[in-house]
Amino acid sequence: MDWMAIGSAVLIIAMMIFIFPRLKESVKNSPKGTMNDWMGFIIPLAAVIGFIILLINML
Amino acid sequence: MNDHNISISRSQESVLSTNKVLKNTYMLLSMTLIFSGVTAAVGMSINLGHGASLVSSLVALGLLWFALPRTANSSAGIPVLFAITGLLGLGMAPLLNHYLAVNPSIVSTALGGTGVIFLGLSGYALTTRKDFSFMGGFLMVGLMVVLVAALANIFLQMPVMQLVISAAIVMIMSGLILYQTSAIINGGETNYIMAAASLFLSLINMFQALLHLLGAFNND
Repeated sequence: MDWMAIGSAVLIIAMMIFIFPRLKESVKNSPKGTMNDWMGFIIPLAAVIGFIILLINML
Repeated sequence: MNDHNISISRSQESVLSTNKVLKNTYMLLSMTLIFSGVTAAVGMSINLGHGASLVSSLVALGLLWFALPRTANSSAGIPVLFAITGLLGLGMAPLLNHYLAVNPSIVSTALGGTGVIFLGLSGYALTTRKDFSFMGGFLMVGLMVVLVAALANIFLQMPVMQLVISAAIVMIMSGLILYQTSAIINGGETNYIMAAASLFLSLINMFQALLHLLGAFNND
């Protein structure tokens, strides 16, 4: 294992430690979305997936 | 009647304040993107190594976590944000040099693709004015799962897992763009420095993930 891999692992662990309190707070305090709310997220996400497939085929 | 006038005046003030935050966020975001492009070009021209790139990213994250939250409410936050984005741009130099050597169209396609996705998602959030605050927990959990998978893949070295991680990053960053833009519109985010930093991170992560995805499908 080279020191670059160790450095990357340290970076990712640091990110996890940093994100964890925000994750706990978000899970606890985020409002619940309705079916309609989730559809409003899924539709643009589907468009993003379609666009990326198009980019891959274009290349 | 008087109460009605006060309520209209407050509502107008709120809209004006939201528009100001939005305008300042996009101005700062575009300037930091240009600046990080310049530092990335400098890094590429001097052939910055992977070690220096990692150090540059670590310093940027240190500033992001410890200096930016303390300075974001003052004008000192702007140079800190430029330092962070400049260092992150510099840190991307080896990756960009690698893909430019493989196939330069990967970089231009990833750059254009990131721009189109960002404009499309921002336009969607701005025109529909939907509140995406319900996605906060979902996005944070998704981000944590991706980080755990990325950590595991440092040791496992599975190319398929790397592809899945890159695809998941694009999805999560798309969600974060919607979430952050909706927070600005609906008054959840009133600090344009923090908003620009958050959007910048989403964009740079999406760009890197798109580079990996396009590179993998280009037989890199």
